[in-house]
Amino acid sequence: MIAGLAFYAFAGVLIASAVMVVTSRNPVHSVLYLILAFFNAAALFLIAGAEFLAMILVIVYVGAVAVLFLFVVMMLDIDFTQLREGFQRYAPIGAVIGGILFLELVFVLGAWQSSGQSEGLRLHPVQEGVQNTAAIGRVLYTDYIFLFQGAGLILLVAMIGAIVLTHRDRLRSRRQDIGVQVSRRTQLDMASVPLGASIGELGILRPLPPEEEKPKAVAHDDHGHGGHH
Amino acid sequence: MDSFLNSPLGVLSLTVAQALALLVPLLIFVAYLTWAERKIMAAMQLRKGPNVVGFFGLLQPFADAAKMLMKETIVPAGASRVLFIMAPMLTFMLAMIAWAVIPVNEGWAIADINVGVLYLFAISSLGVYGIIIAGWASNSKYAFLGALRSAAQMVSYEVSMGFVIVTVLLCVGSLNLTDVVLAQKGLWFFIPLFPMFIIFFISTLAETNRAPFDLPEGESELVAGFFVEYSAMTFALFFLGEYANMILMSSLTTILFLGGWLPPFDVAPFNWVPGPIWFILKVCLCLFTFVWVRATFPRYRYDQLMRLGWKVFLPISLVWLVLTAAALKIFGWLPA
Repeated sequence: MIAGLAFYAFAGVLIASAVMVVTSRNPVHSVLYLILAFFNAAALFLIAGAEFLAMILVIVYVGAVAVLFLFVVMMLDIDFTQLREGFQRYAPIGAVIGGILFLELVFVLGAWQSSGQSEGLRLHPVQEGVQNTAAIGRVLYTDYIFLFQGAGLILLVAMIGAIVLTHRDRLRSRRQDIGVQVSRRTQLDMASVPLGASIGELGILRPLPPEEEKPKAVAHDDHGHGGHH
Repeated sequence: MDSFLNSPLGVLSLTVAQALALLVPLLIFVAYLTWAERKIMAAMQLRKGPNVVGFFGLLQPFADAAKMLMKETIVPAGASRVLFIMAPMLTFMLAMIAWAVIPVNEGWAIADINVGVLYLFAISSLGVYGIIIAGWASNSKYAFLGALRSAAQMVSYEVSMGFVIVTVLLCVGSLNLTDVVLAQKGLWFFIPLFPMFIIFFISTLAETNRAPFDLPEGESELVAGFFVEYSAMTFALFFLGEYANMILMSSLTTILFLGGWLPPFDVAPFNWVPGPIWFILKVCLCLFTFVWVRATFPRYRYDQLMRLGWKVFLPISLVWLVLTAAALKIFGWLPA
């Protein structure tokens, strides 16, 4: 009974917050409602006995993806009145697309079939003595390891593609190379100097600056000096 | 009695009693952690530290708490009111609910769940929200910059932390925190996984926004970072949350690497001491190191912080993960 009540509470909040994601005026509030929706979905997974999926949903979506969303939405300066201008004009098209998607969902669910052998499994999805973390691990990393690796490679290629498309080498910016800095050999070393002696008497000379690091002559324009304009 | 404890009301009251039995000592521990930090840093810097209120200044935390309660909570004019008040509450709440799964002794966790490690990881990755929401809702540039820095920093260090945790879990074969501790009977994981232990400790420093990674609140550049607009109780909640998180991360280090409640040697004088005492001692050792680091190192520069997270810790932890998996497989040490 308690599980049933909890289910309706979480499902209700999930749907309400999903509606608020779409309708709230402030984009930051939208993202926060989206996070609330993720949480309630995780709670529904917990009620269904899939604790591993619930935790992964929170870690991946709430802990990483939504943080980036929030990050971007906060940085963007979105004018929402401007964004809502064409609402009346685009609403019918959006409604048609939404209706088609809904119909497709209905068709898919109506034609859903499961083999007769799996009836028992559907009633008791969690086997006795096997945690669902271990069960998922066995399926993903043992039974379907090559498909899993293939999916990982595809994602890697997509990521490299995105980097190649957006990366540009900034020639003009200065870079710090920690390795070079640490391995730099200087002419300076420590010496104990008696009181009252000048460095000239002791034969200590200041090291000359290296030849190539001399500041290059900058081409000045005619009225560069003195600042009289 | 038994029938009462098995009824829904009995289960509820038992859970509430368990939560109080954990949270009240925890909050007192937090109060005395602030006192201990000031005393330890004072000793390291040849000062006296708090010594006026009470014997050795022992009542100082309570004087501070009373001061925070008396002061006025100021909400800035341009702030987003609800979120502004919600952010410190969220930070404090997240720092508290994570404790539900921490086993202080065998079978002493309030909820001994199968995915305890993932639960802790999830809760600690949520900590960033309190900070981002605080920074955004304050409607102040300093607070916002602090929040952005903090978000980037916490997300970056979580990645290497995740790999370290996976390495430990490979050696355990379970996500249950009690199993993680019991797997360390005989050999604590900080010996075979020493580089991971160091990386994990430094990542926890970054995750809790402690020095030398306290850029989100770098006072020389951002005044106080994300909580610059907070005062009185809302500030106190951030403060309590930060220190409770420090204790939480220390106990996570204790559970993953320092053998939890297990004594260092299972021989006579050591195993007379009860497990929770060992646990608290180990947590105190980690916390002392937190304070020691704060008193010793200057703050990192922001780009160096990012470089350390992504270009140093991530590759090292990734390689060590592969090496550990290979070693476990080759020598047949994989847990059943």
